[in-house]
Amino acid sequence: MRGWKPAPHVLLLLPAFVVLAAVVVVPLLLSLYSSFTPFRLTRPETIYTFIGFRNYLRLFADQEFWVAFGRTVLLLTIALNLEMVLGLFLALLVEKATRGQRLLRTIMMFPMMFSPILVGFQFKFMFNDNIGLVNNALQSLGLTDRAIPWLIDSQLAFTSILIAEIWSSTSVFAIFILAGLMAMPREPLEAAKVDGCTPLQSFRYVTWPFIMPFAYIAMTIRSLDIARAYDIVKIMTDGGPAKRTEILWTLISRTAYSDARMGLANAMAYVAIFLSILFTILFFRQLAKARQQIGAEW
Amino acid sequence: MDENQTNRIKQILLKIGHLVGLFIAMAIICLPGLWIVLSSLRPTVEIMAKPPVWIPESLSFDAYIAMFSGVGQGGIPVLDYFRNSIIISVTSTVIALAIGLAGGYAFARYRFRGKTAIFLGFMLTRTVPGIALSLPLFFVYAKLGIIDTHFGLIIAYVALNVPFTVWLIDGFFRQVPRDLAEAAQIDGCTRWQAFWQVEFPLARSGIASAGIFAFLISWNEFALASQLTRSTNSKTLPVGLLDYTAEFTIDWRGMCALAVVMIIPALTLTFIVQKHLVSGLTSGAVKG
Repeated sequence: MRGWKPAPHVLLLLPAFVVLAAVVVVPLLLSLYSSFTPFRLTRPETIYTFIGFRNYLRLFADQEFWVAFGRTVLLLTIALNLEMVLGLFLALLVEKATRGQRLLRTIMMFPMMFSPILVGFQFKFMFNDNIGLVNNALQSLGLTDRAIPWLIDSQLAFTSILIAEIWSSTSVFAIFILAGLMAMPREPLEAAKVDGCTPLQSFRYVTWPFIMPFAYIAMTIRSLDIARAYDIVKIMTDGGPAKRTEILWTLISRTAYSDARMGLANAMAYVAIFLSILFTILFFRQLAKARQQIGAEW
Repeated sequence: MDENQTNRIKQILLKIGHLVGLFIAMAIICLPGLWIVLSSLRPTVEIMAKPPVWIPESLSFDAYIAMFSGVGQGGIPVLDYFRNSIIISVTSTVIALAIGLAGGYAFARYRFRGKTAIFLGFMLTRTVPGIALSLPLFFVYAKLGIIDTHFGLIIAYVALNVPFTVWLIDGFFRQVPRDLAEAAQIDGCTRWQAFWQVEFPLARSGIASAGIFAFLISWNEFALASQLTRSTNSKTLPVGLLDYTAEFTIDWRGMCALAVVMIIPALTLTFIVQKHLVSGLTSGAVKG
């Protein structure tokens, strides 16, 4: 025997640890530190000035920041809920189909392959007030005679972004819920029918609890990648016009790279990170609960 | 009307409603993509026409030819971006897969303290928004002088992909019965041989789909790439797409063509793996 030999799982996990530490954890510690400095890219020496929580205080007193923050939370809440409901409907529709299910499943995955930046571009093109498909169609059908400023009016722009976001992510939910529906044993449903349940009741008390964990997996996966809305907003409106669709992430990138105020941007970034972690933990806990609930049957 | 008849009518109505619903849903899913493909083949005049031209009069591949013949429309070097995208995505996928294979195997086969906590920790690194991570990375990369290089983006993408590949591969190894490797070891295989000759082949298709998943994430990533790249040295396609909007007159047709070029590899790859992807993610998470 020569020397100490580490356990195999330590060795196996080591590369993952090293990469994540080097690329994510250490840089994040650095950015945590720099959020306590007035660091500007144009003046590198400012990184050594320690100003305590001044960036954070400034941020919390900043109305623009809170507006963007509120808009982000609103966007995520509406989007995630609608995606869940629409995904459920889509999955049920596809599951009920008697023929061509394979083809339908394939089509359903279609939006998943689009990168967020492409989704943004595609909807920017369709919602263009002058040449976009949506306005052209509305005008050709005679529903409106003027060009609707989809991406310019603040309410409409928010709606357009929401539509793009929902289009791109509903399929994630649909796919996982469909997987749940397909894995479901038939007997409990038949038993419920024999016992005189209405279709609605048997859905509520038999099917729904069963597909819950699958819905939460979808939620968790979505929440891990929640900031992809940045790509969509960036290309569709870039937070504009006049900051009317500014969300947390576009605000961060503007503060950091256009205004070069890295310290302040890092403080914002930490708020954004905590927001993401919050969403993830929320769904992870729901997932664990749902899993326990049906654990006995598995 | 007797009850039988009303029931039958109800059934037929339900069936029609179902078909209509299905048709509308699929139309909404397909329409935007098809519109992009169609627009990339039409002449610009037709795209800009007022009142709109609905039925295309002439279709051509001009936009694609212009894009791939050296410097494309508006001076956008699509070929360079394409090459960068391929190099960066493939390299980072291979590395992430190797690391994920080791990590996923450890999670699936060994018991150790703090397993759930470590797994959750890995996932939490994934929740960091790309744009938030880009700030310190930009600073560190600038110090190290690896901004605008393939290397910089590759290691960033490896870190981005490791959590998911670990999750997926963990799920696939769980589906392979533990007894198989043990039986092989009893028959005289070393642990290493048992892994390569028994467990790995069984999980291979799942591992391949984890790889494709990682490839797609790198291929589509924008938030980090937009800040860590500067020129044709390392700009990827998603960043290149933004080049078109930087000008005042947007070349819609060129953008559509570039979008089609971006989506084709993703499309092909996803079709290949769709089945394994879902089963991997669910088996890891549901059966815990």
